Amino acid sequence: MTQIEFHDVSFVHQNGARALDGVSLSIEKDELVGVVGENGAGKTTLVRHINGLLKPATGDVRVGGVDTRDVSVAQLARSVGIAFQNPDHQLFSESVEREITFALRNFGFEESLIEKRLTWALQFFGLEPYRKSSPLILSGGEKKRLTMASILAWDPEIVVLDEPTVGQDALQKEKLVEIIKELHSSGKTIIVVSHDVEFLWSIQPRVLVMRQGRILDDGACSRVMLERDLLEGARVSQPQLVTIYNELRRKPERPFLDVLEARSWVTSGVRP
Amino acid sequence: MIADDPAQPLVHVEGLSFRYLEAERWALSEIDLEIRQGEIVVLAGQSGCGKSTLLRSINGLIPHLYPGEYRGRIVVDGKVVSETSMGALSQLVGFLFQNPENQIFMFSVERDVAFGLENLAIARGEMRRRVDEAMSLLGIEPLALRAPHELSDGQKQRVALAGIMAMRPKLIILDEPTSLLDPKTASDLVSLVHRLNREVGITFIIVEHRLELLTPIADRIVVMDGGKKVMDGKPEEVLADPRSSGFGISVPPVFRLYSQLKGDGVRLEKAPLTPEEMAEEVNAL
Repeated sequence: MTQIEFHDVSFVHQNGARALDGVSLSIEKDELVGVVGENGAGKTTLVRHINGLLKPATGDVRVGGVDTRDVSVAQLARSVGIAFQNPDHQLFSESVEREITFALRNFGFEESLIEKRLTWALQFFGLEPYRKSSPLILSGGEKKRLTMASILAWDPEIVVLDEPTVGQDALQKEKLVEIIKELHSSGKTIIVVSHDVEFLWSIQPRVLVMRQGRILDDGACSRVMLERDLLEGARVSQPQLVTIYNELRRKPERPFLDVLEARSWVTSGVRP
Repeated sequence: MIADDPAQPLVHVEGLSFRYLEAERWALSEIDLEIRQGEIVVLAGQSGCGKSTLLRSINGLIPHLYPGEYRGRIVVDGKVVSETSMGALSQLVGFLFQNPENQIFMFSVERDVAFGLENLAIARGEMRRRVDEAMSLLGIEPLALRAPHELSDGQKQRVALAGIMAMRPKLIILDEPTSLLDPKTASDLVSLVHRLNREVGITFIIVEHRLELLTPIADRIVVMDGGKKVMDGKPEEVLADPRSSGFGISVPPVFRLYSQLKGDGVRLEKAPLTPEEMAEEVNAL
């Protein structure tokens, strides 16, 4: 089932900059999509069209079959959760706990369910110690996790994460990989905008490469990340495991998906 | 002058402990650290390990602006930080924030670059010279009269760095400088850091989670955990050490592969710093 559909969408910012230029795109309900491209390529503008924060200048965007011009941002919010790149634009409650429960109350969840979701979100994102604290005292990485916790708590159909790994240490990144895989297997639509190609390689999404408001390439991570010249033009670097693969004289059939694969390939070729 | 003696470190942290006002836990606990002139040192560790507190202690925000319990001392370029004014320290230590938006606010790029100098009441001619020199060093002369908010993120970061360079510091601290940049802009910034280090001799302390970007140019990685310094060595030593992932370090794939192969008894010539070097080593097996 098609969940998100862009049909020849263009968008021009107030200062005249063209941020999207004839984008057509179709995303299925259970897809995991990664968006890469240089700063200013149109990635954030693209995702802001999904929850109706921005409406196309020309063309149209349909989410769950509905034209985003025909519904309010509030109506779309129940099904589209976006964790923005800069958490300071999104956090406003006086405590971490209230931040997480804000949307749940707005959507009319029952008190017992709110408590359950809150406990889960605080624990999963390592925010339990800050339950009663103001979001303002959190570090950049913690604020980022709070925005993700607030969104995942209400369990939207479409989850958009804009630069989720910024400020996250190894443990938090591993947890992110885990939760994205879990959401994906439960049939959610997930879109991850990220400069972190190592992170994208570890979740292997369908990858959209953007440049100057257009989609230059669209396909499986394991194929798109091999397109060296195209990525270079979009100012995206290749994951380390892909570079290793490119430089090998004797190669396996496809690049290594993780370090363990690389390890067993190397050790199987080394004579004892 | 201690600073002119090459045997003396540029930064000398001696038994430093710090506890924020009303905090129960010590944010820093008996840190000893020496950084020599001309080194590029990466500071790593999980959120809350004390990295930011250590940076604030080196540039003097602690103890000058943050109250708390302070033990031990830090000497930067022969000056004891706790006894040196913020004004004097600002000419010695430059600080680039994660988001250049927080440090760019004037109407034109050149006014922004001059901002720190204006606060020092430096003579007009000298100021012009230093601003031009810094803009040329960072390749932003063509942007001199542009409004900073019109610039790209990479350009904004160069403007902020030019403002720092105009102060002619010996040490520059970068706090997650690449986190908002696309991969190529990030690697341009890394090359720029390398150039300022080699050509002008600037010492750098850099906090960064994406270690794969910095390992090719870093001299050392210092790892902190729970307010203590727990590892300190060459990048290839620290990252190939199995303990590092336990301290919340995102070990780049090249180093994970290297340490696993080492565990399997595969002998590589030397620890590779880049994926290209790794492939070369594997090709030679």
